[in-house]
Amino acid sequence: MNARLRWRKFVSNFMLTMTGVCALVSVAVLFFILGCLVYQGGTSINWDFFTKLPVPVGETGGGMANAIVGTGELLLLATLFGVPIGFFGAIYLAEFSGSTTAFVVRYAADLLNGVPSIVIGIFAYAVAVAPFKHFSTYAGGFALGMMMIPITLRSTEEFLLAVPRTLREGAMALGASKWKTIATVIVPAAYRGILTAVLLAVARVAGETAPLLFTAFGNTYWSRGLKDATASLPAVIYSYALSPYEDWHRQAWAAGLVLLVLVLVINIVARGILSRGISVPRS
Amino acid sequence: MERHFERDLNELKERLLWMGSLGERAVHQAVHAVLEADEQLAKRVLDEEDAINELQLEIDDRVVQLLALHQLMAIDLRFVLAVSRINNDLERIGDQAVNIAQAAQRILRHPRVKPYVDLPRMSELAEEMVRNALNAVVRRDVDLAQKVLATDDQVDQYRDQIFRELLTYMMGDSSVVFPAFELILVAKNLERIGDHATNIAEDVIYIVQGQDIRHPTVDRR
Amino acid sequence: MHASVRQAVSVNITPPVTTGASRETAAPAAMRMTISNVNFWYGAKQTLFDINLGIATSKVTALIGPSGCGKSTLLRTLDRMHETVRNARLEGEILLDGKNILAQDVTLLRRRIGMVFQRPNPFPKSIFENVAYGLRINGSKIPIAEAVEKSLRHAALWDEVKDHLHKSAYELSGGQQQRLCIARALAVEPEVLLLDEPCSALDPISTAKIEELLVQLKDLCTIITVTHNMQQAARISDFTAFLLTGQLIEFSPTPQLFTKPSDPRTEAYITGRFG
Repeated sequence: MNARLRWRKFVSNFMLTMTGVCALVSVAVLFFILGCLVYQGGTSINWDFFTKLPVPVGETGGGMANAIVGTGELLLLATLFGVPIGFFGAIYLAEFSGSTTAFVVRYAADLLNGVPSIVIGIFAYAVAVAPFKHFSTYAGGFALGMMMIPITLRSTEEFLLAVPRTLREGAMALGASKWKTIATVIVPAAYRGILTAVLLAVARVAGETAPLLFTAFGNTYWSRGLKDATASLPAVIYSYALSPYEDWHRQAWAAGLVLLVLVLVINIVARGILSRGISVPRS
Repeated sequence: MERHFERDLNELKERLLWMGSLGERAVHQAVHAVLEADEQLAKRVLDEEDAINELQLEIDDRVVQLLALHQLMAIDLRFVLAVSRINNDLERIGDQAVNIAQAAQRILRHPRVKPYVDLPRMSELAEEMVRNALNAVVRRDVDLAQKVLATDDQVDQYRDQIFRELLTYMMGDSSVVFPAFELILVAKNLERIGDHATNIAEDVIYIVQGQDIRHPTVDRR
Repeated sequence: MHASVRQAVSVNITPPVTTGASRETAAPAAMRMTISNVNFWYGAKQTLFDINLGIATSKVTALIGPSGCGKSTLLRTLDRMHETVRNARLEGEILLDGKNILAQDVTLLRRRIGMVFQRPNPFPKSIFENVAYGLRINGSKIPIAEAVEKSLRHAALWDEVKDHLHKSAYELSGGQQQRLCIARALAVEPEVLLLDEPCSALDPISTAKIEELLVQLKDLCTIITVTHNMQQAARISDFTAFLLTGQLIEFSPTPQLFTKPSDPRTEAYITGRFG
């Protein structure tokens, strides 16, 4: 009897410890990465980093201003392209579609979400680069935008559906047409969730490298406009890390740190918006 | 917060009091028809009987409606139930007044038996009982109701007194038997009126205190 | 009118003035709405059978019956809310002031017939904006602030919220939210107000306030209310319709239906012997 009890106690404690350690490791990984990046790249973060262009190989100094601005432009274009499509598509799904159409569209969106990003890149190359015979920021925005569509669509749809039916009925009973109801009641009720969804989509694509390799490609100087190729943080990390130069390695770490901080900040802000209260209390 | 059924309750009370006023007047007129040998007065009582009976039906209708439509509780419930009973007592008072009036019509065909001494006093008491009972309903005045209950004994004594006195007259002179007998019946009617007034007073105590004081000898446990 | 001290009895006394029965007992005069031969299906299942009913102007009409009898379904056809459900089908005629509502533009119709729902459903906006909503989407020319105040007064809510008009509607209690929904519906000055079990989610005091409100509102608009609480129907309605499994069993003035119903099924229901 005693032995069995001891064995059970041992197993119980072992499992408790093991599961606890795994949970701890999950949290620790994030901090480990962050710590590593700060350690390796923290020294390279200075004012020059944010304002200067890259200097030729071998020279020290210089910065990543073009990559930072490039990433900003790409994300803006991606948002302008992907979010409206996802948003209005979600409105159609939530408010107008029959159940079979909705099922098909959702399924397709989920599949699109699973398409490897490099494939998206090749596709964007074929559509937005090859016919024009040059790389461009537009093409990069197009690729990233396509990746944002399914995320925006599904999340927005969920938040729209979460608005209680009684609110819709209340508006319609006052003589609001379907569209007025959507615009004046449903979307405002769901806006926190939708905003969060958009921010999370942006955070998600901010770090995608593969699609950019075939579309925006990269640029050691300022891009001359949106029709031109542009540098971006992920692409720069890729090329600097593979280079033989110590200085560039440090700068890659720094770029990684900036990118990670950007993504973390967006995530935290998004979750903050969401937790300040869903617009409509569940009754 | 005033509820809309309070309007209905107030109207019920108004109608009951109106019926009470008519009843009071009928008793007063009937008794004076006897005391003053006034044929007109007697006839008026008989004419006005219908109004009292109509009110009884109307009040019963209102009571049914109030009970069905509103879930009356506590004092409102007791009030409406009491009104239903008071309604009946008032109608009976009206009937007794009619009986007195009819007796008046018969009596005035004969010469007066004796000077009326006790009869006016008795009728005053009976009328006062009815008046006080109705006032007690209006004001929900338990003390006034108790006073009515206390007066009933006096009224009963008067009836016995009048009965003995008239019996003596009848034994002495057989020609006065007919009118004297009618007068005995009038006294009986007045005593019954007092009893109905007593019932009304008991209902007032029920409304206000929730106590049913009828039949105190019955063991309520 | 009565004095607390009664006058001495005299020969000439005048009867007090009374209004007679305070509820309708004679046949009603004007019909605001007429429901003729209405049949209703959800998909293949028929849920309303041959309903014929007249709704009297400026009166409260109650629809009662056990769960699933079709009373809410019937109410919702009156402002065509059934059309928001996919396989709902209606046959028959529903007239508002003599004209068939099924042939009119539905958004215009819903400004003349308002609805208040079972659970309060204020919009996630301020109290003011909730009441103003109907006016704004209909492009009304009336000055909005005045109209909002008027509605809130009619709904007996003005005094409680007049200093907090810009607070969120969700900060109000359940009973207040429901009165807000009533004010919102009243703002567009409908001719008919439909209420679907308006008090079932509320506590007794809020319920009492809303009941009194409805009795007063009938001067403003005709009221039709569904209630599963038949005592409520008894308290406030002038006419009551009793439905059972999709059929109209009895429709009478309320005092009559609750004291001398003509159908034994009505009597069984109101005496609590089933349902």
